[in-house]
Amino acid sequence: MSIYEILFWFLTIMAISSALGVILSRNPITSVLFLIVTFFAISGHYILLNAQFLAIVNIIVYAGAIMVLFLFVIMLMNLNADVEPQKGRLLQLAGVIAGGVLFLVILAALKSATVLPLEKTSSDIGLIKNLGRVLFTQFVLPFEISSVLFLSAMIGAIVIGKKEETKNPLTP
Amino acid sequence: MRLLLTYSFSSLSSHIHAWLISSMGDGMAALVAEMVIVGISLIVFLVPLCFFLGYMERKVAAFMQLRLGPNRVGPKGSMQIVADTVKLLFKEGLTPTASDKFLFNLAPVIVVVTSMLVMAPIAFAKDFQIWDLSIGVLYVTSISSIAVIGILMAGWSSYNKYSLLGAMRSGAQIVSYELSIGLSILSVIVLTGSLKMSDIVMSQQNGWWIFKGHLPMWISFVIFVIASTAEINRAPFDLTEAEQELTAGFHTEYSGMKFAMFLLSEYINLFVVSAIAATLFLGGWMPFHIGHWELFNHIMDFIPSSIWFMGKTFFIIFIIMQFRWTFPRLRVDQLLTLEWKYLLPISMVNILLATLIAIMGWHF
Repeated sequence: MSIYEILFWFLTIMAISSALGVILSRNPITSVLFLIVTFFAISGHYILLNAQFLAIVNIIVYAGAIMVLFLFVIMLMNLNADVEPQKGRLLQLAGVIAGGVLFLVILAALKSATVLPLEKTSSDIGLIKNLGRVLFTQFVLPFEISSVLFLSAMIGAIVIGKKEETKNPLTP
Repeated sequence: MRLLLTYSFSSLSSHIHAWLISSMGDGMAALVAEMVIVGISLIVFLVPLCFFLGYMERKVAAFMQLRLGPNRVGPKGSMQIVADTVKLLFKEGLTPTASDKFLFNLAPVIVVVTSMLVMAPIAFAKDFQIWDLSIGVLYVTSISSIAVIGILMAGWSSYNKYSLLGAMRSGAQIVSYELSIGLSILSVIVLTGSLKMSDIVMSQQNGWWIFKGHLPMWISFVIFVIASTAEINRAPFDLTEAEQELTAGFHTEYSGMKFAMFLLSEYINLFVVSAIAATLFLGGWMPFHIGHWELFNHIMDFIPSSIWFMGKTFFIIFIIMQFRWTFPRLRVDQLLTLEWKYLLPISMVNILLATLIAIMGWHF
């Protein structure tokens, strides 16, 4: 077994077991921390595929920013098993059925998909120079449109956040 | 003497590499052995460095307040920090009963490990760095943003409202100041055209960016230093451990070696941000050259590259230490106003100016 394979299996086991930890752990904080470990494992996979830029952006955006916000919200809400009202049996059953159906669909889709053999480090597309060139020539329109989408989402967030201020609390 | 002058870290590392390859073969064993050597030498380098930074901080504080500072233990009080560490070693590491035990003990480890990981792409001397990866600068920003998770974990798992408040403040602070750090780093990347640390240093061969890049580089240097002071939670941005309000912030409940680990990571972070600033703006290990003064440049070349790097880094560390005793602590709203209303718009305009300079080729 080469280093590449050892690393691949290590990262795979880490990703799957921590992903299981996300849904199996009872404490929401632990779930989020497991999710961060999952993102790290996936970033490791990106590095194995020679896509270092994607790996780092994955860490910055998901593990660094979004997960920190998640942690913030969960810590402030103080979701504990004894505080949070437990869901009813019927709702739990409905959740299990819905999740199981989704699992079946994914399984069916994966079964019919053809798995391409993994070529290790043969492509340099993940390096920042090539990625930038492709994004700004071949896919420039979708790229710019998605940036407009992000901008509108940001402005929307500000508008929603500002709404309360304009109202005078004394006059109903 | 001649040996001393021609001695360099890069030849040392290549000698060790060749010796390991010859004795273990070009396989996994040599790679693992190299990783172990790098790890051990990093720890051996960092612990005395943090001792020295602790001593330096107290001496700088004493100098600025017209005191003597530590002067009892060892010559000029230099062993004071060792004595403090020994004291911390013998203290009991308490774990609060109501705390989440696993996360409480994991948090200091995560904080220290993240600050050590950031050392990887830093070029300590000519051709001497742990891992010259092609996205060096981005790696630094991404890993340093992970440290906030450790701090949040520490604050939350302590089960103490002061800790939680401190951790929350720290999170808000780091997440917002990361933006201006990123933008000021980006202005250097725009001029260099590469994220690689070695390329960034090599691009400053004929002059450091702070001189070559005119005013925009000065602005981004100042913004970088301010924002990174906030990022490492040092005064005047030390709201996370504001003693008067929060006892000790997120590490209120920590004692003994677990507390020492937070202290260690604080000093490592101080070194790392100063090293990054020195690499990006002050030319890393590049000696100081002035245009066509051949003799002067030649004399400057004689000073080893590692001394250049350390000198610049410690210059910035000295500046950041002086901040602590110069400015009063900011309020939370002032902190966020400074970032979102001043630093961020300025750095956004600044990056446009830097791009203009890069496109027109106005830098020399």
